[in-house]
Amino acid sequence: MAEPFLSIQQVRKAFGATTVVQDFNLDVEPGEFVSFLGPSGCGKTTVLRMVAGFEEPSAGKIVVTGKDITRLKPNQRNVGMVFQAYALFPNLTVAQNIGFGLKVAGMPKADADRRVAEMLDLIKLPQMGDRYPYQLSGGQQQRIALARAIAPKPKLLLLDEPLSALDAKVRVSLREEIRSIQKKLGITTVFVTHDQEEALSISDRIAVMYGGKAEQVGTPFEIYNRPATKFVANFVGTLNVFEGTVTDAASGKVRVNSQEVSLQGKLNGSKSGDTLSLALRPEAISLGRHPGRDASLSGEITEVHFLGSVIRVRVGIGGSTVSLDTFNSPASPPPAVGEKAEISFSSGDMLVLH
Amino acid sequence: MKQGSRFWAWLVFGVGTTYFVLPLLATFEFSLRKRRGEYSFDAYRSVFGDPNFQATFTYSVVVAIFTILLGVLLVVPTAYWIRLRLPHLRPVVEFITLLPLVIPAIVIVFGYIRMFGSNSALPFLATARGADALLVIGYAVLALPYMYRAVDTGLRTIDVRTLTEAAQILGAGWTTIIARIILPNVLIAVLSGAFLSFAIVIGEFTMASLLNRPAFGPYLQNIGANTAYEPSALALISFAITWGCMSLIQILSRFAPRSANRPN
Ligand SMILES: Nc1ncnc2c1ncn2[C@@H]1O[C@H](COP(=O)(O)OP(=O)(O)O)[C@@H](O)[C@H]1O
Ligand SMILES: [Mg+2]
Repeated sequence: MAEPFLSIQQVRKAFGATTVVQDFNLDVEPGEFVSFLGPSGCGKTTVLRMVAGFEEPSAGKIVVTGKDITRLKPNQRNVGMVFQAYALFPNLTVAQNIGFGLKVAGMPKADADRRVAEMLDLIKLPQMGDRYPYQLSGGQQQRIALARAIAPKPKLLLLDEPLSALDAKVRVSLREEIRSIQKKLGITTVFVTHDQEEALSISDRIAVMYGGKAEQVGTPFEIYNRPATKFVANFVGTLNVFEGTVTDAASGKVRVNSQEVSLQGKLNGSKSGDTLSLALRPEAISLGRHPGRDASLSGEITEVHFLGSVIRVRVGIGGSTVSLDTFNSPASPPPAVGEKAEISFSSGDMLVLH
Repeated sequence: MKQGSRFWAWLVFGVGTTYFVLPLLATFEFSLRKRRGEYSFDAYRSVFGDPNFQATFTYSVVVAIFTILLGVLLVVPTAYWIRLRLPHLRPVVEFITLLPLVIPAIVIVFGYIRMFGSNSALPFLATARGADALLVIGYAVLALPYMYRAVDTGLRTIDVRTLTEAAQILGAGWTTIIARIILPNVLIAVLSGAFLSFAIVIGEFTMASLLNRPAFGPYLQNIGANTAYEPSALALISFAITWGCMSLIQILSRFAPRSANRPN
């Protein structure tokens, strides 16, 4: 296997007595788009700033294409970065902003102008070169910040919550644009976000972070469907959590609200009598019995939310409430609150949280 | 009621204007009376014709320019660095920059004379150029409270840290960052600091006199002590210069980057 493009090895960072990043390991392949996903304060920015060179790790190494850059200054790293607060230079025009890195690098003016025009085309703002940042919307400013970061052809692109200051619509269209530009240029990218939908939709791989550690690194599919820890399962996506008691460890029988389900092969060494946290995604549950769904629980409908193409239904089962989604069908009326209901699912879809 | 409040507003405006303009008019009227029995610009002619006026004024303008340069070179990087890396030191530095307002200029200048006399380790006062340099340094100190405050306020309007990091990651070093990003963004603030420095330097008497420099301040004092009508003419000329500076700043600030005015 080829060596990783970026390798973060056993990195730790402490500010005074508080350790904010620890045992952080991550290899990023060339051209890969990796997201750091986690709640605010979990250390995402700190890791990114260590890769950029703004913070020095307290321990560990950061290697890019086999070269140790841990102690290199930010202006010697040839890394592009996009900040949450746009950070365009207010005294420079759009074209001068994009050309800043080129000018610093001493590129001849004619070449730099050509590159700037190319970048303006890439971000689909070809007419904006002479404007000043204050004349632009937030979304436009962030696209220019992206163009400025990639104009000098950096080895690595870092984005720290670049979309969080924008409104919802712009956020979605811009994240797709960022991803398509990244694919087009094949630039290795690390993207920081606290928005799980954002991370799931555009990443090749996601590192879910919590308390300064990477809890799980995997593809969006793996992270969503096979969360390695309770934290990951809860943080990514909506989850219905049940308490279950193991009644027969050998055959995988677990009792949930006085109803029994079989979780053969998933108990991971739990003994009879142990209490488990079990979880189901809303889309893994259907209303009523269905062929192929081997487990079911019964309860009563407590809430119905009509969301258009889907209807989100909450069903009370014993002490807990389960969310599930059914597709809207014009021919049949939606379920009503207070109806008795049975939910079914494949026991294979049930997650046992550790 | 509306009528009434408007009346009071105009009254206050009128009183203020009179308070401000009347002495100027009186001084102006007096300055025209040099020739007996008729108004004339003789006093102005005699002031502008005085080679000492030209020499001392030119001298002070040059000293002011050097003072401003020194002030900018000293204050912009310092205020920038304090904001960027040593924010906990800001109160201390602010206090230090206020000291020249508390310590009389005469104390500072006697200190200089003792420290930098001809027989000292750093004999600034041994040569005329050295004394000029010392005067510039002294003026930079006197202007420090105004310059520092103006620049620091200017820095507050931009996100110093993120802009610095954005420039760094694009490969820029400290000189580039200060010259191309920080300074242009605080230009208006620097200009107002420069204007205040200029105003201080043009009229300053104590330091120039005790360091025995041929500056405009001591010249003003000398004329005032020895002639009748010329001091009024000079007062009005100084006033016109000050106003000229102010309008110049207004005009220049139109060309400055619009950054500071950005609404969000
Ligand atoms: N310069 C610093 N000094 C002290 N503590 C810091 C510093 N930078 C970040 N921290 C702390 O480190 C933790 C992680 O911060 P950060 O990496 O910004 O989190 P995130 O980007 O995931 O929200 C936070 O608790 C924060 O308060
Ligand atoms: Mg952050």
